[in-house]
Amino acid sequence: MSGFLLPLDAPLPGNSFTELARSLDLTPRWHLPAEASPSSVPAPDATTVLALRYDGGVVMAGDRQASSGYDVAHRRIQKVFAADAYSAVAVSGTAGMAIELVRLFQTELEHYEKLEGERLSLDGKATYLARMVRMQLPLALQGFLVVPLFCGVDPRTGTGHVFTFDAVGGRYEEQDFGAAGSGGREARAYLRTVHRPDSDEDMAVDRAMEALVAAAGQDLATGGPDIRRGIYPNVVTVTAAGLRHVEESAVADAARRAVETVL
Amino acid sequence: MTLPFYVPPEQLVKDRAEYARKGIARGRSIAALSAREGVVILAENPSRTLTKISEIYDRIAFAGVGKYNEFESLRVAGIRYADVKGYQYGREDVTAKSLASAFSQTLGNIFVQGPKPFEVEVLIVEVGRDIADDRLFKVTYDGTLYDKSGHTAIGGPSDALSEKLGESYEDTPAAEDVLRLAAEAFRVVEDRAIDGWEGAMLERQGTNRRFRRLTRDELSGI
Repeated sequence: MSGFLLPLDAPLPGNSFTELARSLDLTPRWHLPAEASPSSVPAPDATTVLALRYDGGVVMAGDRQASSGYDVAHRRIQKVFAADAYSAVAVSGTAGMAIELVRLFQTELEHYEKLEGERLSLDGKATYLARMVRMQLPLALQGFLVVPLFCGVDPRTGTGHVFTFDAVGGRYEEQDFGAAGSGGREARAYLRTVHRPDSDEDMAVDRAMEALVAAAGQDLATGGPDIRRGIYPNVVTVTAAGLRHVEESAVADAARRAVETVL
Repeated sequence: MTLPFYVPPEQLVKDRAEYARKGIARGRSIAALSAREGVVILAENPSRTLTKISEIYDRIAFAGVGKYNEFESLRVAGIRYADVKGYQYGREDVTAKSLASAFSQTLGNIFVQGPKPFEVEVLIVEVGRDIADDRLFKVTYDGTLYDKSGHTAIGGPSDALSEKLGESYEDTPAAEDVLRLAAEAFRVVEDRAIDGWEGAMLERQGTNRRFRRLTRDELSGI
């Protein structure tokens, strides 16, 4: 873009920020040879994130640790983000790529909303996110894998939805809950036994916290609530009234209860 | 080989300005006013779906009068410019000043080089920490950029409207009052019943996105 003139022309679809950024060479292009061997470039991984439905909305939570092999790379990173006023996105995998993917996704949603005068449908947002993951496939083959998790409320019906993804951009709507990252398997196993879709918000936050504690108990790369250092998971809820960050004091209380509950 | 007719630049500019002004004179007006709670933007607009006021970025709004397709393409370009800048650098780096300058450059270029000038006037408005920090920029069809404070207007009878606003605008007014004051100025200047309102506000307090549209309830009493 010329520094002083407005971009009156843009690539199609004209309402896509990603396409615009790409045409201006603001997003990287990956031209990796097919025979390239997996990278040995060290990049920290972000681990367990999960989302579950409850009566009237969804709750999404993620631990705060980024790991590099057996090493703790960062203790306080954020993996759960507001995507817009009615949806949230969380990421697992190569942290640097994942956080940039979220930033691009947030800008994309805001850009669309401003241009069109209304938000994308929840389904439309999930589809777009899947496309963004698919575009990263060459990187995934190199070992820089990013797998997001998406949840939100459809304002027309007021019901919460959870979507999981895979490395090739597969998009799956989950009935009850979803999880991603190295501790995701353990979190799902825990939620499978305790999750109740008719529970209220407080109970749902408690279950989310317990599932994170369970994941941290089994998976080395997942950091549970760190009560000594005062580092607690990020938790958001989305209801028909919109997205809300659960206050840290409430998260800390839930974390203390969860550490007592889960072995 | 045929030579193009020589047209003196004075004549060219005069013809183009006349053409653009004629188009804009048909447009209904828009006013923007600083208030304690934020910047209020009020437009006469009979349509409920086709809007003239729009969010550009966190603290910045756009309003345009004249030919719909032309100010709409400028609005879209403004959002692209702002989002690219915010994505590339940071959210606080997107300012009304640089945007208004880009609008001015673009309209100025089109005025001189395009097949015809855009028949539009636009407002770029930014809410600040207090009224003194508010920025009200007006850009006309030829790219002329005006930096106003307190209040401004664009559209057909914008000069008369600005004058009328100036008569009754006081320092640090409440949003409710400026809304009524603006509506009254519209009625006096147009000298007829107003054909539907469109209103928006940039809130002084809040987190990122401060733009909100005024509801039908808020606009019904003015």
